[in-house]
Amino acid sequence: MLHSWVVLPVALAYIGVLFAIARYGDRCADRGRSIIANPYVYALSLGVYATAWTFYGSVGRAAGDGVGFLPIYIGPTLMMALWWLVVRKIIRISKTNRITSLADFISSRYGKSALLAGLVTIIAVVGVLPYIALQLKAVSSSFTILVGYPEVAAQVPRVAVPVLNDTAFWTAVLLAVFTILFGTRHLDAAERHEGLVAAIAFESMVKLVAFLAVGIFVTWGIYAGLPDLFARAAQDPRLATLQAPLGGAAGSYASWAWLTVLSLLAFMFLPRQFQVAVVENVNEQHIAKAIWLFPLYMLAMNLFVVPIAFGGVMHFTGVNVDPDTFVLTLPMAQRQEALALLVFIGGLSAATGMVIVETIALSTMVCNDLVMPVLLRMRSMRLGDRRNLTGLLLGIRRGAMVGVILLGYLYFRLAGEAYALVAIGLISFAAVAQFAPATIGGIYWKGATRGGALAGLLAGFGVWGYTLLLPSFAKSGWLPLGFLQDGPFGIALLKPYALFGLDGLNEITHAMLWSMLANIGAYVVVSALTRQTIAEQTQAARFVDVFRHTGDGRDVHAWKGTASAPELQALLARFLGAERAAAAFADYARRRGVASAAGVPADGGLVQFAETTLAGAIGGASARIMVASAVNEETLTLDEVRAMLDDASQVIAYSHELKQKSQELMRATSDLRAANLRLQELDRMKDDFISTVTHELRTPLTSIRAFTEILHDNPDLDAAAREKFLTIIIQESERLTRLINQVLDLAKLESGRAEWQVVAIDLRAVVQDSLDATGQLFRARNVGLETRLPDAPLVVSADRDRLVQVFINLLSNAAKFAPADVGRVVIAASAANGMLRLSIADNGPGIRSEDQRLIFEKFGQAGDVMTDRPQGTGLGLPISRQIIEHFGGRLWVESVAGAGATFIFELPVARSASAADAARASPGHGA
Amino acid sequence: MIQSIVKNQRLAAVFLLGAALFNYPVLALFNRAAAVFGIPVLYAFIFGAWAALIGLLALVVERSR
Repeated sequence: MLHSWVVLPVALAYIGVLFAIARYGDRCADRGRSIIANPYVYALSLGVYATAWTFYGSVGRAAGDGVGFLPIYIGPTLMMALWWLVVRKIIRISKTNRITSLADFISSRYGKSALLAGLVTIIAVVGVLPYIALQLKAVSSSFTILVGYPEVAAQVPRVAVPVLNDTAFWTAVLLAVFTILFGTRHLDAAERHEGLVAAIAFESMVKLVAFLAVGIFVTWGIYAGLPDLFARAAQDPRLATLQAPLGGAAGSYASWAWLTVLSLLAFMFLPRQFQVAVVENVNEQHIAKAIWLFPLYMLAMNLFVVPIAFGGVMHFTGVNVDPDTFVLTLPMAQRQEALALLVFIGGLSAATGMVIVETIALSTMVCNDLVMPVLLRMRSMRLGDRRNLTGLLLGIRRGAMVGVILLGYLYFRLAGEAYALVAIGLISFAAVAQFAPATIGGIYWKGATRGGALAGLLAGFGVWGYTLLLPSFAKSGWLPLGFLQDGPFGIALLKPYALFGLDGLNEITHAMLWSMLANIGAYVVVSALTRQTIAEQTQAARFVDVFRHTGDGRDVHAWKGTASAPELQALLARFLGAERAAAAFADYARRRGVASAAGVPADGGLVQFAETTLAGAIGGASARIMVASAVNEETLTLDEVRAMLDDASQVIAYSHELKQKSQELMRATSDLRAANLRLQELDRMKDDFISTVTHELRTPLTSIRAFTEILHDNPDLDAAAREKFLTIIIQESERLTRLINQVLDLAKLESGRAEWQVVAIDLRAVVQDSLDATGQLFRARNVGLETRLPDAPLVVSADRDRLVQVFINLLSNAAKFAPADVGRVVIAASAANGMLRLSIADNGPGIRSEDQRLIFEKFGQAGDVMTDRPQGTGLGLPISRQIIEHFGGRLWVESVAGAGATFIFELPVARSASAADAARASPGHGA
Repeated sequence: MIQSIVKNQRLAAVFLLGAALFNYPVLALFNRAAAVFGIPVLYAFIFGAWAALIGLLALVVERSR
C-alpha cells in the first residue's frame, strides 16, 4: 500500500484539506463571522510550535539521552505563567501601534528605525534557516523511508544527490507554492490571516492524534503497557544509563537549565510564534485559556516520546536505524501500514505548518522592513509617483517566500547532514533568543536607546554566528575542521566551542552564555551612554506606558509640518486601495467629529492616524518615510523644542502668578470678613451700651419722680420727712446730672472728639488740687489721709483738668470705701524706668479678684447688683482708665479681698526740659 | 484591578515554583535508578510535576475570571 503513487496523492490531498479549511476561514472572516475567534482555536494555533522536531526529533534525542528533549517544552510552560503580563502588554502595544511583525515591533519601539528593522529581519531570516532546513530534512527522509516499505531503511543514504533528484528540493518547491497560496492572496492592513490560523489549529490536532496513535500502539500494541516497557528497558544495557540520565548522558544540570531558558525565550521570539500569538490574536482574553491549554497540549504531545524511544532502541537491535525515524519505522516494522501513513501525514502536517507560518512571517518582515525602506529611499524607483503599489508589495512578498525556503534548502544541503534534528533546531533557537533583551527591555525600560538595541543585537548575533553557525558549516566540511579544533588561524582562545578557554560546556550552553553576555552587556552599556531622540522618547513612553493610555490615538507627539487630508488619503489609497482608504478616513473623521474626510484638520493627530494605518500594510518604518515625504515634515531641532519648552514654562509662570493673586484675594476676603464681624460686634456693643445707659438714667429719674409725687400728693407731711425726701430728690438729681455728664464725657473720650490740652504738669500740683476738692469727704467720714511725695517734681505731659478728674475719682472712691473713723488712705509716688507711678491705697473691704476687672467696665460695680445700692455711676473708673491710657499710661488695681485696695497708675515722664515750667506751676496754686 | 494584581502575583508564584521544581537540586533528588508503578522515578516526577503545574495554571487563570 505504501507506494509513492499512494503516498503522494494522500499527502497532496491532506494539503488540499488544509487549504480548503483556510479558504473557508477567510470567507467567514470576510463575512464577519470569524471561526477563529475563540480561545481554543487560539491555544491550538500556538501548537505550531511543535514541528517535525517535536514529531521526529524528540524521540531521536530521547533515545540518546533520556530527558534531554524536555526543556524545550518545559521552558514554554514556565513562560506561559508570565504570559499574562508580558504577552498581553506586547499584544496591546501591537494593536495600538498597528504592528505586524517582530521587526516592526522592535524598530517601532526604538524610534521607528529602519536600520533596526532591517537588522532584525536579517537576523531572523538567517537564524531560522536551519529550522526550515530541518523540516525539509524530516519530510524528505520520512517520505523516502516510507516508500521504501517493507524495507526499513537503516540510514537514509545521503549521497550528494543532484538537486533535481532530491526529494528535499521538491519538498521545498511544493512548500513554497503552498505558502504563496496560503499567504498572499491579498494585503491585509493588519496582516491577519484568519484562514491560515484555522488551518494551523486543525493541523495541530492532526499531529497530536497521529503521535498519540503511535505512542499508544508502541506502548500497548508492541509491549504490554508502560511498566512492561520500562521494565524491559531497565534490562537493556543500552538504556541502563537512561534511567537516571541527568548529570551523565543528558548533560549537566547547567545545560538543562540553560536549555530551559533558551526555549523560554525562543518560544516568544520565533517569528511564527510572534505571528500566531500576537499578530493573529483576536482577543486579549484568549490568552487566559491559552496559558494552561497550550502546556497541556505539549504535555500530551510528549507523553509517549520516551516509550517510543525506548521501544525503538530495544526493537532495532543490530540494525542501525536513525532514532529520529523511530516514530515512523516502528509501525512500519510491525507492518502497520495505515498507522505508518497516518504518522507520515502527521509529520508532514507538523513540518508544513511550521514552514508556511514561519515563511509568511519572514516574508512580511523582508518586504516591510528590509526591501521597502530601501526601495523608498532609492530615487530611481520613484515609488512616490506610482499609482498602485499593491502589486509590487505582493510580488516582493512572494519573492521573499520563495527565497527564504530555497535558502533553507541551501542550508540543508550545506550543513544539514552533520546534525540530528534537535541540534539543528537549537541553533535557530539561540539565534532568535537574541531578540529577547531588546524586546523585553524595550517594553519595560524607557531608557533603552536605539544605539543600545543595535549594539546588543549586533553583538549577540555576531557571537551566535561565530559559536554556532560557522561551526555547523565546519562540521559539514565547508570550512576546515581545524577551525573548530584549534581555533581560527590557530588562536586557541578563539575556539568557537570554547571561547576564551571556557570549555567543558555543551555547545548550545556555551553559545548562549557568550551571546547573552555580549547582547545584554552591549545593550545596557550603550543605552546608558547614548541619548534618545525625541521620536525615541515618544515611542518609549507609548510602549512602556501602554496600559496607562486609553489609546484612542489622541496622544500626539511633537510634530511640525504641512499636510492636507486629501493628500494623505490619496497616499493611503495607493497602498490599501481607494475604498479601504476612504473607509478609514471616513471613520477617522467621524471620530474627530467632522462631517467629511476633507474637513479633517491637518494636524499631528491626522499624521499619526495615517502613519498607523499605513504601517499595517507596509510596516512602521516605511510608513513613516512615505508619510513624511508626503507631508514635508520637518524634524524638530533642539532649538525648536527648547522654544516649545520656553512657551510651556511661560505658561507655568503665568499660572503661578494667577495662583498667587487668587491667594491674595482670599486673604483680603478673610480680612474683610473679620472686619465685618468686628463691626457687627461693635454694633451690638453700642446697642448694649444704649440700653444700659437708659436703664441707669431711668433709675434715679424714677426715684425723683416717686418722691416728688409723694410730696405733691401729701401736702401735710411733717417737716422732717419732707426735709428727708427733698434731700433724696436733690441727691438723685445730682446723681443723674453726674451720670449724664459722665456718659457724655465717655462718649467724647471714646469717639476721640475730646479736647485735650497737653502741657507739662507736676503731678504734685494735681494731687494738691484734688485733695483740696475732696477734703470735705475725708473730714466728713473721718478718714485719715497721708501723702508720701518726693521733693523732686514729677513732671508728665498731660491735660491738667483731666488728670485732676482722674485723681478726684480715685480719691473719692478711696474715701467712700475706707471704713469710717478708722480708715486710712495713703498716697505715694515714685519714679522708675522712665515712668512715674502714683498709688492710692485704702484699708477698705478690698476688691475680690473676680471683680477687679469688672470695676473698670462701663457700669460695672463690685458687689451684689441686686442688693447693694450703687455707690456711684459705674463710669468713673472706665473714664479714668481711658484718660490715663490716652496719655500712654496704665491704671490698675492691686487688692486682696478684706485687706484694702490700692489703685495705681503710671504715666511716662515728660521728656524735654519743661521741668522748669512745671516747677513754676508749683503746688499751692491750684484751680 | 486588585484581582488582576492577585492574578499576576499568583502566576509569578507558579513560575517560580516551576523554575524551582525543574532544576537542580529538586531534579537531582529524583535522578535515581528507581521506579514507581513501573515507571522510572525521574520521568514520573517530570511528567507528574508538569501536569501539576498545568493544573495550577488552570486554577489561577480560571478562578480569577
